[in-house]
Amino acid sequence: MPLLNSYRVIYLTFFVCLVADIFPLPIIFNAFRPNWMILVIFYWIIALPHRVNIGHAFILGLILDLLLGSTLGTHGLLFSLLAYLTSINFQRFRNFTLVQTTLLLGLFIFIAKLGLYWIASSMQEIILHRPYFWSIFTSMLIWPWFFLFMRYLRVRYKVS
Amino acid sequence: MIACCVGLMIADSQFNLFSSARVYLNSIVSPIQYVADAPQKIFSSFSENIMTRQALVDRNQQLEKDNLHLKADRLLLGQLQSENKQLRQLLNSERKFKYKRMITEVMSLRSDPFTHQLLIDKGALNGVYLGQPVINEQGVVGQVSQVGSTTSRVVLIVDATHGIPVRVQRNDVIAVVHGSGAWDQLKVPFVQSNADIKEGDLLVTSGLGGRFPAGYPVAKISRFDYQEGELYATVTATPVADLDRSRYLLLLWNDDPLADADLTLDSPEEFDAPVE
Repeated sequence: MPLLNSYRVIYLTFFVCLVADIFPLPIIFNAFRPNWMILVIFYWIIALPHRVNIGHAFILGLILDLLLGSTLGTHGLLFSLLAYLTSINFQRFRNFTLVQTTLLLGLFIFIAKLGLYWIASSMQEIILHRPYFWSIFTSMLIWPWFFLFMRYLRVRYKVS
Repeated sequence: MIACCVGLMIADSQFNLFSSARVYLNSIVSPIQYVADAPQKIFSSFSENIMTRQALVDRNQQLEKDNLHLKADRLLLGQLQSENKQLRQLLNSERKFKYKRMITEVMSLRSDPFTHQLLIDKGALNGVYLGQPVINEQGVVGQVSQVGSTTSRVVLIVDATHGIPVRVQRNDVIAVVHGSGAWDQLKVPFVQSNADIKEGDLLVTSGLGGRFPAGYPVAKISRFDYQEGELYATVTATPVADLDRSRYLLLLWNDDPLADADLTLDSPEEFDAPVE
């Protein structure tokens, strides 16, 4: 049963983060919305690389594409790329301090945002609004608390 | 995996392979959308429930007054409608003004940051179809771009990929309005620099594309300028509908205007025959 139990907790966090990612916010705060999906995938791959893999990241990216109505596969591609980068280096990232992972996460989200912009601009004419990159900073602010909370969840429910 | 993703993207964007599968895919994810929308819905219904009695009375009075005015206008409208119908019968050109319509609510969820879309709570089960016109009480909002079984996506007229055929209400000059990608601006390309268009002119749908029924307001011209010697003028317009704060929208069922039109050509002699 522990396997089923741990997957239940993992999928529950995925679901909550998906909801948080599309939750209605006033337009002013919309640009500051942290990238919950990247946070949660990053965390689980560092913590349990044998449970959460690139396939999960890909499926979650597809679901997010459907939820946001963007071209199918854009988020899937970027999430699986980031998941790949994380999973080949997870042992190194585990030994990083919280400050280091925060900076690393900022870099990852920046790459993801740049990639999204690049893909979207190659398909259609778009305008880049300046607030687009602000969510990197809110994600970095949220990350330490998110990390500690997830670790508490993991220990409390014995997810392994 | 990467090849798979790139393949998916190309298939979706260039060849539209998933337009039929998207109905099912969208239906799969719609529970998540309903969950995310639920708190907002509960909150708004809660705030509707705790209005004071005085506010309700005031609102009721206001609505009664509005209703009276609208009914009075409608009296005249019925008269005008029948008159118009008679005149059109004389001209042998019938036109339909009644369309089936349905009220829908906007689920104000986040969408792709590079496109202007809204999610609405009606889908294929309610008869929504791809390319269906969507309006609100002020004017045209957009058209349906993706359909799920219980939700659909509306691409707004300000989206950079959207274009809509219009005419100027004042003098029937026709043009095409394109979205600019900003919330409150539309572009009107390829307008001759000597065209008779002024700032403040109202643009209404011309019905030429066959998607939108004719006669609904779309935008107001906000700037008209041209450089000496340029072929086309730079024209921008602002949408008349409040696109970012409308909660209820109307879906229109626009039957193809050519479906029941009388396309047989009458010989002109018939009309020119001298009246005895």
